[in-house]
Amino acid sequence: MTGALGNMDDLYEAIILDHYRSPRNTAPVEEADVDFEVNNPFCGDEFHIQLKVENDAVAKVGITGRGCAISQASASLLAELVEGKSSDEVHAAVSSIRRLLKGEEITDEEADVLGDIEALAGVRKFPVRIKCALLSWVGLDDALKAHQTG
Amino acid sequence: MSNPEFGSRVFDVDAIRADFPILQRKINGNDLVYLDNAATTQKPNQVIKSLVDYYEQTNANVHRGVHTLSIEATDGYELARTKVAKFINAPRPEEVIWTRNTSESLNLVAATWAEANVGEGDNIVITAMEHHSNIVPWQQLADKKGAELRYLPHNEEGLIELDSATGVIDYRTKIVAVTHMSNVLGTINPVAKLAERAHSVGAVILVDAAQSVPHMPVDVQALDADFLCFSAHKMLGPTGIGVLWGKYDLLEAMPPYMFGGDMILEVTYEDATWNDLPYKFEAGTPNIADAIATGAAVDYLTELGMDNVWQHEQELTDYAMEQILSLGSVRVLGPQNPALRGGVISFIHDTIHPHDLGTALDQQGIAIRTGHHCAMPLVRSFDVVAAARVSFYIYNTKSEVDAFVSGLCETEGYFSR
Ligand SMILES: Cc1ncc(COP(=O)(O)O)c(C=O)c1O
Repeated sequence: MTGALGNMDDLYEAIILDHYRSPRNTAPVEEADVDFEVNNPFCGDEFHIQLKVENDAVAKVGITGRGCAISQASASLLAELVEGKSSDEVHAAVSSIRRLLKGEEITDEEADVLGDIEALAGVRKFPVRIKCALLSWVGLDDALKAHQTG
Repeated sequence: MSNPEFGSRVFDVDAIRADFPILQRKINGNDLVYLDNAATTQKPNQVIKSLVDYYEQTNANVHRGVHTLSIEATDGYELARTKVAKFINAPRPEEVIWTRNTSESLNLVAATWAEANVGEGDNIVITAMEHHSNIVPWQQLADKKGAELRYLPHNEEGLIELDSATGVIDYRTKIVAVTHMSNVLGTINPVAKLAERAHSVGAVILVDAAQSVPHMPVDVQALDADFLCFSAHKMLGPTGIGVLWGKYDLLEAMPPYMFGGDMILEVTYEDATWNDLPYKFEAGTPNIADAIATGAAVDYLTELGMDNVWQHEQELTDYAMEQILSLGSVRVLGPQNPALRGGVISFIHDTIHPHDLGTALDQQGIAIRTGHHCAMPLVRSFDVVAAARVSFYIYNTKSEVDAFVSGLCETEGYFSR
């Protein structure tokens, strides 16, 4: 897109808008093992994230809530990624995401794991929006750690 | 000095705009359209120059020297107090206390007057549309004292109906603390009538005037307020300085808020006696430069005339409401009738989240506020977690409203591609 809003294309890549409009895994999870809420009151983002964990792998994930396009798409991308992953793998992915958004290098292997999620990297040009992109990831990381330590 | 209501200068927006250097800035390649005035306003040359002049020509400490600079600094500092007193029609300049901002003024009253006068079983009444700064100090105090914090409700349109005060304000009410104009809904509250109610049960009334003093004529005597709080930065003045006005007898009877230099008359190794008003509440070296610059801001507004300021904002609000509502894609919070509200319009778009809208408008040079506006319970009561807000001031124009509306349409186009 050109015009005054052309610069926003880095932020709102097609894949981001797609996840924003049709977020994945929005069905609540019954008898969830990990169940938590994250919110960023300053922008008005709120998500309820639930996981079913079997043999230390995420068997099922459900994310409901509301937020801006970035936080919503990011949560949806997270839901897609974590299914089937062990908590160590999730932890590693969260670490790659954090570095990606900070503008640090990530390895090709990490990029492979992230797949579509790399589209979030455009947020780097809009530093105030980095929080939106990280919201659900940071929450998930903390919640999984808490679950592991019981 | 002229009457602050009427002014001595023609209200010419082009001439006003020429006084504000920041309006020349480009934001992301576009002319700045600044519509976040409820958060803080821009500063005219007259205020900026006052700060520079003070530091270049006058700087010295106040109330403690016999040398020329100290005398000039003291005179400037006290003259600014007098200007503020006149601006709000305070009977005595000693009733004007310099603080850091509205929040500090509110905390001061909670920590001194209310600390001494609110007891177990008493109640404190506020509205359901307060800024966090006029909620949290009262929650803390009520908790500490075993007092009850009560809320005056508003109707769906965001208006307080006086009938609802019956049964909320009662003989155990010690203080009614209300916003004069809501920073979210724009609602102007019936402060004078609430003052009557408060006084009829022996309570005092505190007015959070952060959004009213900058935008309309405010007369503390006509309102029969007991305390009134506002911030200079929302009325062309610098950040870091605000005002607490209070009735003389109330202030006189209150214990000090902070202790230190300037606020004492006499100190022995064992004890101290408090200085007279207003110094009892101004411990330590005050914010001299910013107080003097606040005087310059008051001069600027006085020259324009607060009736004209109000009139200008009413016209813009009227125009903007019509434009925004005609889009059909947004819901405006608060009264739809512009006569019942000030120049603050909060709204929710059907599909675009406020945060995305804020970023998209910023790309077009348009500054708006997004989020909870420091009024989380209120915003949540509309079943949303965030809203977008435009708010106007003396330098805004109808063509800026047009730019905002077309920016909004552009954003709708972007997100529906
Ligand atoms: C109604 C109202 N009260 C209080 C405040 C707090 O003002 P300050 O941040 O200057 O202390 C504001 C400013 O946002 C306000 O709009």
